[in-house]
Amino acid sequence: MLRSLQVTVSALFLSTLLGIPVGTWLALSNFTGKRLFTAFIYTGMGLPPVVVGLFVYLMLSRSGPLGDLGWLFSFEAMVLAQTIIATPLIIGVTLSSVLSVDSALRPQLEALGATRFQSMLGLLYEARFGLIVGLVAGFGSIISEVGAVMLVGGNIDGRTRVLTTAVVLETRRGNFSLALALGLILLSISFITNATLVILQGRSGQHT
Amino acid sequence: MDTLYTLDSVKKQYGERTVLHVPHLHIREGEVLGIVGPSGAGKSTLLRQLAFLEAPTEGLLQIHSDNHTYAAENIPIEVKRQLTMVFQRPVLMTRSVRKNVAYGLKLRGERDIQRQVEIVLERVSMGHLADAHPRTLSGGELQRASIARALVLQPRVLILDEPTANLDPYNVRLIEELLVDQNERFGTTIVIVTHNIFQARRLADRVGLVYEAKLIEIAPTEAFFESPQDERTRAFSSGNLIY
Repeated sequence: MLRSLQVTVSALFLSTLLGIPVGTWLALSNFTGKRLFTAFIYTGMGLPPVVVGLFVYLMLSRSGPLGDLGWLFSFEAMVLAQTIIATPLIIGVTLSSVLSVDSALRPQLEALGATRFQSMLGLLYEARFGLIVGLVAGFGSIISEVGAVMLVGGNIDGRTRVLTTAVVLETRRGNFSLALALGLILLSISFITNATLVILQGRSGQHT
Repeated sequence: MDTLYTLDSVKKQYGERTVLHVPHLHIREGEVLGIVGPSGAGKSTLLRQLAFLEAPTEGLLQIHSDNHTYAAENIPIEVKRQLTMVFQRPVLMTRSVRKNVAYGLKLRGERDIQRQVEIVLERVSMGHLADAHPRTLSGGELQRASIARALVLQPRVLILDEPTANLDPYNVRLIEELLVDQNERFGTTIVIVTHNIFQARRLADRVGLVYEAKLIEIAPTEAFFESPQDERTRAFSSGNLIY
């Protein structure tokens, strides 16, 4: 359970760190190829995790370009795969959340004395509900993912076994009650996290 | 009166299209300048240049502050914060009126923010709505909150883009009184775009006509309406301008 949380929190942190700035930049900038780039992001939101797993596996395998890192079947490999899966999701949700904020707000904030960076922060504050939805979606996709982490992590006991891969293993072994119990733990973690985010979302809506 | 703004051969273009041409304009410290003209003529573009939200494509746009002259391309944030703009459509953030009004003060690191906010909300007759959410306000209240958000900053220059468009006579009167009071009590320079020539007559010391992306004429209010030099000004003020 601890390993699952470690992977999820690390990957969510990295994809948020990458996804929110890129999504905001994409929403606010104009450049040639923006539509194509946006189409790539939207495609990325539906990336089959097992394909990501295969890609990361090939990159990290001994003969791959990142083979020297020695990350295959490690915690880092799982975090990398999960970050690749969740980042487009967070970029896409950030993009649509920022675009949904009234475009007249930014010049209004700048007319009140905000710098460009401060007006961008104001914009993100207005988009906060959407951003929380992005985090919830990212969290859900990471914690429930099994194919990619199985491929690049190897489901090694005590090192890369997470709740989803443990459920698969116990099901294959016929330990259905243990598999079900692990599944319930997984659901509980997901519920508690999402409920916390929803409560936070509600509070920030009330105390404005 | 000292000169506050200098504009010389200012042009704003979007691609090949010229959306504003100001051959020459001086705006004086402490005056109320009314800008009139048909829709789409370039009035709002002129205001965005004056608020330094957009830079001119060519020409000279300068603001004079504390014996210094700053060009539009390199306005320090401290100088930019001496002016503020109220838009035709008030856009408030999704937080209470009080927090909206406090926003600019917080950016400036001001102290005693709550007291300043309460005073200005009383001035715009919105003290009882300090904790209201913008979605619960009427159009007139939203615009008054928007004006309070600007007035609380005690700006040197207040730029307003049709602040009373679509408002009822009560709110129009209230806002006009606020603007007159601000100008008389604090010497705030006011640049106001309006479609209403009667409003321009009531408020402005000088009036300018922007027509087909060009500042055609600018004159003291009386002269602008009674003895205009350009026939388009005459036609506009008599309601006969075809556009």
